[in-house]
Amino acid sequence: MLQATKQGRKAKKAVPVAAREMRLMQGNQAIAEGAIYAGARFYAGYPITPSSEIADECATRLPKLGGTYIQMEDEMASIAAVIGASLAGAKALTATSGPGFSLMQENLGLAVMGEVPCVVVDVQRAGPSTGLATKPAQSDIMQVRWGRHGDQAVIALCPATVRECFTLTVQAFNFAERFRLPVILMPDEIVGHMRENVALPLPGEIELIERKAPSGAPAAYLPFKPDEDGIAPLAAYGGEYVFHVTSSMHGTDGYSNNDPVNAAWRVRQLHEKIERHRDEIVLTQSWYTEDMEVLIVTLGATTRAGRSAALEARAKGIKAGVLQLQTVWPFPDREVAALGKAVRMVVVPEMNYSGQVAGEVQKALGAGADLRRVNKYNGTIITPQDILDAILRPAAGGAT
Amino acid sequence: MAHATGIKYLKPGVLPHMWCSGCGIGGMLGALLRACEELGYSNSDTVVVTGIGCTGKLDDYLLTNALHTTHGRALAYATGIKAFKPQLKVIVIMGDGDSVTIGGNHFIHAARRNIDLTAIVLNNLNYGMTGGQVSGTTPEWALTSTTVYGNPEREFDICALAETAGANYVARSTPYHGWEMKELMKQALQKKGFSLVEVVSPCPTHFGRNNEMKETPAMLRWLEGRALPLERYRGLPQAERRNYFPVGTLVDRDEPDFSTRYATIRARALQE
Repeated sequence: MLQATKQGRKAKKAVPVAAREMRLMQGNQAIAEGAIYAGARFYAGYPITPSSEIADECATRLPKLGGTYIQMEDEMASIAAVIGASLAGAKALTATSGPGFSLMQENLGLAVMGEVPCVVVDVQRAGPSTGLATKPAQSDIMQVRWGRHGDQAVIALCPATVRECFTLTVQAFNFAERFRLPVILMPDEIVGHMRENVALPLPGEIELIERKAPSGAPAAYLPFKPDEDGIAPLAAYGGEYVFHVTSSMHGTDGYSNNDPVNAAWRVRQLHEKIERHRDEIVLTQSWYTEDMEVLIVTLGATTRAGRSAALEARAKGIKAGVLQLQTVWPFPDREVAALGKAVRMVVVPEMNYSGQVAGEVQKALGAGADLRRVNKYNGTIITPQDILDAILRPAAGGAT
Repeated sequence: MAHATGIKYLKPGVLPHMWCSGCGIGGMLGALLRACEELGYSNSDTVVVTGIGCTGKLDDYLLTNALHTTHGRALAYATGIKAFKPQLKVIVIMGDGDSVTIGGNHFIHAARRNIDLTAIVLNNLNYGMTGGQVSGTTPEWALTSTTVYGNPEREFDICALAETAGANYVARSTPYHGWEMKELMKQALQKKGFSLVEVVSPCPTHFGRNNEMKETPAMLRWLEGRALPLERYRGLPQAERRNYFPVGTLVDRDEPDFSTRYATIRARALQE
């Protein structure tokens, strides 16, 4: 009897693949599915390629679930409506691409300042401006981090597979709700439009996190007074807890407060609530790293190319491994350093000119590392051969 | 019966307020809060959404739920609140910059969508907070700190814009007409669908000073002299209408609001 119970519990934990629904899905579809799985019931957006399938899916599915899809007049309005709905208690999202993401920045700043949970999907395409509409790129890395004025921080996740489009969307909502901030999911166009057979997680298989609700006397509720964990409880408009949220500098009560001591505390707190939980937020995956001499740091679509390149390098006798950055911000600097300082060479393939990821890797490794950049910024994919060429290239200065 | 004062919605200890002597915001806010009190609004079922500028400061005086947003986007934030939780009473208070200049696109689409909220637009004919620059509602040829030789552009008629875009209720008033303003606000608040009350307001500090109405009474007299009941306004020859604006209820209709229409969408989705 005991044996049977044990087996039953074990079976529940490791769900057999056959029990899950297998579906041929696009990355963007999986993002919409992941959002619904996470409990999102509000989508406000404005169509833009290569993100529009997320809107299509939400417009079809949400009204069946009692949720709301509302197509706004532009991207500024889209993120504004998402923030408004979130403050009324919704798990809410919007999806866009480069030009639209640029338009959202000012209001995203309010979500940071007002500590409003929400998820923004930026399916990255090549710029500048309208650019190579709508070829892939990974050139919004720094815009995601620094696109808003003022000193602030957000969390950003980057999926590499269709299944990760689903799971990291759920994770994005969990982080948004737990830490009261906007989370950016930043697939590149390749992953957003890629189709794969996916076994979707069953209900209950991934833990869902809900925002912390206030519990004390309503009259004493302070919407910006952090608990021990650095996060303040968030009420919803329309309940017994009445509250103010403002884009202006404010005190714990949500009313304007320009006192220098208060302002310094606020800015610090917005950063510290991420820094304190950094190890919980930074997600990475690695392959073939145990005996490696060459590390390939990847994100999004470069992950598969990186893994192929590592295997091809190993066939040539070069022990290569891969570190995939699932969390992009806060940057996984310690994870990069832990693996990257033990190898003779680090390769960073990314679909941009300026090496937005490589710059951060360089910071993590310090001076003296043999850091090799592989950059493509013409709307075409980075191939395993591109990465292999960089590994095989003689080191600068002639030494090999 | 005791008169409604609206004081129950004011945060204790915040008076006197920050606005200039002679500004119309205090009168507008007073009329709005009296209207809310007469309608029995509570702090918990009401959300006041504000933008940026002189008018955007007023959430700090209130005890209701509030969201102080970015410049021009207040209606878009409010749309999200209302679309997700239709039972909330959503009041959006904006200036002429927020509503029809930087935020003009959101204004026409909120009216077209007929989202069930009340927009109060305090139109003081210029950008007060930044020092009296020209806005989308500054009358043509008027002087401001960025139209020192006169405004070469024509002004928006906010009410006509809302009517054309599809608002269910449109009214105009001025702080000179305090009691009527409150009554119009009550009608707007009770109307299902997008409702607008434009409050044409004195700004003696900037607009008045630049246009020979430095003293508050001069600006109030200017407003009084230009405000005509709708019937009298309509009776004027077309050429004379430029010197006046109609006040009172201008539009009153009952088209279904966004949430009513979206309930149909949910029902259709479930049938498929």
